[in-house]
Amino acid sequence: MTAVHVDTVAAASGDPDREQPWAELGLRADEYARIREILGRRPTSSELAMYSVMWSEHCSYKSSKVHLRQFGEKTTDQMREQLLVGIGENAGVVDIGEGWAVTFKIESHNHPSYVEPYQGAATGVGGIVRDIMSMGARPLAVMDPLRFGALDHPDTARVLPGVVAGIGGYGNCLGLPNIGGEVVFDSCYQGNPLVNALCVGALRAEDIHLAKASGTGNKVVLFGARTGGDGIGGVSVLASETFEDAGPSKRPSVQVGDPFAEKVLIECSLELYAAGVVDGIQDLGGAGLSCATSELASNGDGGMRVQLDRVPLRDSSLTPEEILMSESQERMMAIVRPEHLEGFLAITDRWEVEATVLGEVTDGDHLQVYWHDDLVVDVPPRSVAHDGPVYERPLARPGYLDELQAHNTRVLPRPVGGPGLREDLLALLGSPDGCDLSWVTQQYDRYVRGNTARAMPDDAGVVRVDEETGRGVALATDCNGRFAKLDPYAGAQLALAEAYRNVATTGARPLAVSDCLNFGSPEDPGVMWQFAQAVTGLADGCQQLGVPVTGGNVSFYNQTGDTAIHPTPVVAVLGVVDDVADTNGSGWSLPGQSLYLLGRTREELDGSAWAHVVHAHLGGRPPRVDLAAEERLAGTLLAASRAGLVHSAHDLSAGGLAVALAEGVLRHDIGATVSLAGLRERDGVDDFAALFSESTARVLVAVPPEHAEAFEELCAAEGQEVLALGTTGSEGPESLVVEGAFQVSAAELRTAHSGVIEAALAS
Amino acid sequence: MRIGVVTFPGSLDDGDAQRAVRLAGGEPVPLWHADSGDTLLHGLDGVILPGGFSYGDYLRCGAIARFSPVMGAIIPAAQAGLPVLGICNGFQVLCESHLLPGALVRNDHQQFLCRDQLLRIERTDTAWTSDFTPGQEVLIALKNGEGGYVADEATLDELEAEGRVVARYLEVNPNGSRRDIAGVSNARGNVVGLMPHPEHCVEAGFGPSLDGLPFFTSVLRQAVLA
Repeated sequence: MTAVHVDTVAAASGDPDREQPWAELGLRADEYARIREILGRRPTSSELAMYSVMWSEHCSYKSSKVHLRQFGEKTTDQMREQLLVGIGENAGVVDIGEGWAVTFKIESHNHPSYVEPYQGAATGVGGIVRDIMSMGARPLAVMDPLRFGALDHPDTARVLPGVVAGIGGYGNCLGLPNIGGEVVFDSCYQGNPLVNALCVGALRAEDIHLAKASGTGNKVVLFGARTGGDGIGGVSVLASETFEDAGPSKRPSVQVGDPFAEKVLIECSLELYAAGVVDGIQDLGGAGLSCATSELASNGDGGMRVQLDRVPLRDSSLTPEEILMSESQERMMAIVRPEHLEGFLAITDRWEVEATVLGEVTDGDHLQVYWHDDLVVDVPPRSVAHDGPVYERPLARPGYLDELQAHNTRVLPRPVGGPGLREDLLALLGSPDGCDLSWVTQQYDRYVRGNTARAMPDDAGVVRVDEETGRGVALATDCNGRFAKLDPYAGAQLALAEAYRNVATTGARPLAVSDCLNFGSPEDPGVMWQFAQAVTGLADGCQQLGVPVTGGNVSFYNQTGDTAIHPTPVVAVLGVVDDVADTNGSGWSLPGQSLYLLGRTREELDGSAWAHVVHAHLGGRPPRVDLAAEERLAGTLLAASRAGLVHSAHDLSAGGLAVALAEGVLRHDIGATVSLAGLRERDGVDDFAALFSESTARVLVAVPPEHAEAFEELCAAEGQEVLALGTTGSEGPESLVVEGAFQVSAAELRTAHSGVIEAALAS
Repeated sequence: MRIGVVTFPGSLDDGDAQRAVRLAGGEPVPLWHADSGDTLLHGLDGVILPGGFSYGDYLRCGAIARFSPVMGAIIPAAQAGLPVLGICNGFQVLCESHLLPGALVRNDHQQFLCRDQLLRIERTDTAWTSDFTPGQEVLIALKNGEGGYVADEATLDELEAEGRVVARYLEVNPNGSRRDIAGVSNARGNVVGLMPHPEHCVEAGFGPSLDGLPFFTSVLRQAVLA
């Protein structure tokens, strides 16, 4: 074994002026000074490593904290009623009734997925699943909102297949159904693809576990995979300082996943929880042991002493700093009472999971880390985990925005007559964002565990939680980055509204929100303004809809040079369903059903899929946000679904009514015959706007004819705008017939819709 | 009627297989990979090896599971006539165990594929297919990365001649399987390997159909008759 020069607390006191590589580790001069002030001496190299990762943007939320506070401040007491655990823990927990609690969270793994698409995406899934596990829950399903550069860009052919294979390779092997998400292509994501991952899990409300180290003498146990040199970023600076030639070099800074180890870890952890031998639990994700030890200790009421040389290693040459920083996957840390230790180890043995007692909870107030006999870390844990720097970054409304908003779609030539409308519909269906995504989704197992009631391409994923009663949850994730670029406040609310609506179409009652806020550099005042606007918009919107934000993630620095991605606040909404077997699909499976459009159509084409696909245009103002209308719509859908009046329901979003109708036809190859006359007359729009406008708070509902009257009465009672459009099915071959305008067969729709991604990747 | 369902580390559809047995009217009995011994299978009317990635399948799929203690008990019992159904990874384990001929290789298109797959049931005198009618077409969930069934021509000819092709893919061959083979049996018909997943097709509202249920009712009915 290599002799390692270890920088100790004693050495730090005796050698106060030693030069330290704080800048290389990403710390600012004032941050380094603050560390010295907290400790009353220079940090050891291990302490410096810990602070540098824990005070990074990713772990400390130092640029976003001042804005994210709004999520808590705007959560009313009424919204809090069904919140069992709110923001700040590994994931929020929501009460869904009958003694069940559900936990869900969405997170980003953007940068690693660009560097190494397969492993980056795979470990993104692994990380979010461990967050859910560490709440004490059994993970139920995953979802993946993905954004790539232009489909025809050569690098997309590298990133897209790798990301999809990585998500599939990890999730399929882990045994979690993938029930939805998004796939978006836009050149703004060219050097910055967004790979977001959501996991949802369930537990009995009384079984919630928290990341907290309490009880003097309780054992600190590390279990799961061994620690290796993967996922060490800036710490290599320290490593190269302490020794020159020895040791492994060029370690990947992207972690490598082992889904089998994670599957075993899930089953093992659930057995540990069930046996009642776990007092506190934390997963090891970003910042590895630095994060787990400091957060557990910080959340507890005492200190912690850890013997770092006991950590089982894959690579015996790792230094203490590297062990503290390593982001090796599939590891967990538990706080275990001494009397439970034997039972704990019996269970980990049964699953052949390595478990090591690293140390114990102390009655002090410091986190102390030893390397053999040397004290290498001696810090107040709160200063590492929770009291990091907080910045009020300058923000400024971007100068380009006035011009962008003025440059609206009124100048664009519109399709002429039925043939023109038909042509534009086919163009939208065959566009990268509008096409059939089965090339992606068929690489994911949607059936495993047997509880999936709805998955892609339905509007929301639906999974059963309780096998006896059928109670379960519906989940959707959404964001239209174009809208957010035009107006980030409205864009965030539109993302919320769409996800909320998608959940409501299934017949679920929306309950809670998690968000993944993907933005450019916080050091750019324009980006920071977008961020502040989006957070405020989302917090205001959640307050109005009565759905609390339970947690989430911020991803900054998604930009290349000076060019940031569109602001992309991806919003996940979770709803509860009494019986998942009764939920509505997005397409009709029978002819002769009455088709209704709920909601009002305005001429709103700015930022639309039509402007993007047909004219490569982005400008103007996004559609009007009307959250009161969204709430009314959700109420109507819930009431109608409970009354058994709904055959299918499909949200209107990108591509408007035209795309919703076409997707409804394609779902089960049953046509539709509709008239736009009523819409023209009531809403004062022409056929083009009726078909392609993206006004919000609208849903296309198919109703069994025998329930049509009851459905109309229910809408009237709810104050819901409703318009009969026509019926499902068509004369002759199954077709979409828009009376007086055009007709297109299901076969032709499918030809336009299918094989788009395959063809682009093959070229 | 009691049907054992094996859990290897990395098994994923063991819970689904247990549920399918229950919904078919049987009693599922969990079997742990590390268990062994002569009495392990006493009182069981059949055993299911479920889908998943046993031991991670980082080597050839099923290659390690074949040497597990529980397989030490199952292999001789299967040779003696105990009904055994291997689904997906279980099929791979049965081939590795030489209870069934041939092997399963990476899908010809090199991707994992999850789809609702049409099959034709070719043989109805096995322990696991007797509740189907000959030639019945069924829609079964399929999901695999290494589902391409291969064997040498002589073996394939022999399987065809002896009527041991249990199910065949219709319309689409999803993985490059030789002669569209989705499942095969041993000569006696008590051991069946199947690449698609009938355990995901047993409950209304979950999965593409209810066409998976007869696989499980067949073995229970046979147990009654026996």
